[in-house]
Amino acid sequence: MTQLPEKTDRKLGLVIDLDTCVGCHACVISCKGWNTENYGAPLSDQEPYGGHPSGTFLNRVHSYEVQPLATSAMPHPAAQLVHFPKSCLHCEDAPCVTVCPTGASYKRVEDGIVLVNESDCIGCGLCAWACPYGARELDAAEGVMKKCTLCVDRIYNENLPEVDRVPACVRTCPAGARHFGDFADPDSNVSKLTAERGGMDLMPEQGTKPVNKYLPPRPKDQMDQIDVLAPFLAPVMDEPKGFLGWLDKALEKI
Amino acid sequence: MHPAPSVIVFTTLSGLGFGLLFWLGLGLPAVSGWVAFVFFAIGFGLAIGGLLASTFHLGHPERAIKAFSQWRSSWLSREGVAAVAALLVMGAYAALLIFFDIKVTLLGWIGAVLSLVTVYATSMIYAQLSTIPRWKTPLTPALLLAIALAGGALLAGQITYAQILLPIAGVLQVLWWVRGDGALLQSGTNMASATGLGDIGTVRAFEPPHTGTNYLLRELVYQVGRKHALKLRAMALMLGYILPVLLILIPFAHALAAVAVICHLAGIAASRWLFFAEAEHVVGLYYGKR
Ligand code: SF4
Ligand code: SF4
Repeated sequence: MTQLPEKTDRKLGLVIDLDTCVGCHACVISCKGWNTENYGAPLSDQEPYGGHPSGTFLNRVHSYEVQPLATSAMPHPAAQLVHFPKSCLHCEDAPCVTVCPTGASYKRVEDGIVLVNESDCIGCGLCAWACPYGARELDAAEGVMKKCTLCVDRIYNENLPEVDRVPACVRTCPAGARHFGDFADPDSNVSKLTAERGGMDLMPEQGTKPVNKYLPPRPKDQMDQIDVLAPFLAPVMDEPKGFLGWLDKALEKI
Repeated sequence: MHPAPSVIVFTTLSGLGFGLLFWLGLGLPAVSGWVAFVFFAIGFGLAIGGLLASTFHLGHPERAIKAFSQWRSSWLSREGVAAVAALLVMGAYAALLIFFDIKVTLLGWIGAVLSLVTVYATSMIYAQLSTIPRWKTPLTPALLLAIALAGGALLAGQITYAQILLPIAGVLQVLWWVRGDGALLQSGTNMASATGLGDIGTVRAFEPPHTGTNYLLRELVYQVGRKHALKLRAMALMLGYILPVLLILIPFAHALAAVAVICHLAGIAASRWLFFAEAEHVVGLYYGKR
């Protein structure tokens, strides 16, 4: 059913810390690994070793350079590099769900996860058009829509040790930049992080009400330059004299 | 957006087909017997041919029947339901007219309305998408309906109506282009809102997530040929609207009308190519593109 539920019992999602992410792409690899071997059609690659490699991924890491405006206190502020992981944000008002003609796309009432029922999907691609975040990719080999499942086959999986019952990206991130939890619970780790660090929505003007939140990079430390050795390193001679001076001139003439 | 040939063929032909069926449903021209058969055959051929072409870009066309189920929320589903309803009603109307010489006026009117509803539903598939600001405007359904009505009138030989509707469609087309050129900027979605990093400073895409291309770039961030857009627009306007009007202003001759229809179809196909190729999806912003 592609009508959205009025309200979901829980709101499972991710907090992604842009201050901490080091851009290593480990989450991209673990996501592809888990999701190609488990629930649903595998994530195919086309020409993986050929001239034009391309493939299906549910999570991708962009990198942005942000240049702060110059101020009188900081006439030459340094640009900041921000690594930016992006996967489905499991929106509350998910436009991808309502456009689906077959009912293949749906949002679960129990936990708010947005999923695709692959045996109903006709691969029309309209949901990928409707998602502002580029979170859906049509698999070129299977002809069905693939998207992040929030590792629905891990988080409830009693065959896995408790510590592994989180999405693969969260489990694997070496920097601890990804956090998983229930946003409907104000005391959950993700709700607290969002409140403390000013967690934000991506493209709020699109009206999708994303569940996943992004923590903005913290301001960089401003340190005065302290360099006790600098005065001793000033050049003692500007122009070479004697033999070196002659060599310098002779070489210049050639 | 990637201008997939199957989608361009679909929207161009089926729009024209349902436009023709609309006029036939109203009894304009009042045909019967063999002449009616030919008119309806052209209408059905265009409409059904277009619909069939649209299934070519599906990943699983064999499951297409499932697409009729979600009419409560999905414009794509509504389009399918409306198209089948229009074809069934018009089919019954045409069969009675052709084989039994019975004209059930009410049935024709219902079929005419359903034909327009189908075109409207098609246009709403595009006009509903906030992710493509160029499309998200009431001008989109207005334009697609005007084109279907004008093209239908031309094909149905309703010269007077075509003389009024073609210029209206042409004006809507120009308005749609002009509005569209500023739409992304107007929408308020930009790299700052996409990344949430605008408060720190100016955001620049430093490195994309992948070295090669991917589905998103191929399908949603198609940029090839935009540099020829102005030339194509001029061609679309000339062929699609201006020439057909001029041709039918000359005292009516069948040969010229046929040329007018072909011109119109070519112009609309060009305009439809631009409809997709020029449309900027906001996901391009994540790649620093538009
Ligand atoms: S991020 Fe995209 S795919 Fe995920 S729920 Fe939102 S609109 Fe749908
Ligand atoms: S591609 Fe599949 S999931 Fe997406 S809108 Fe089409 S049928 Fe629904």
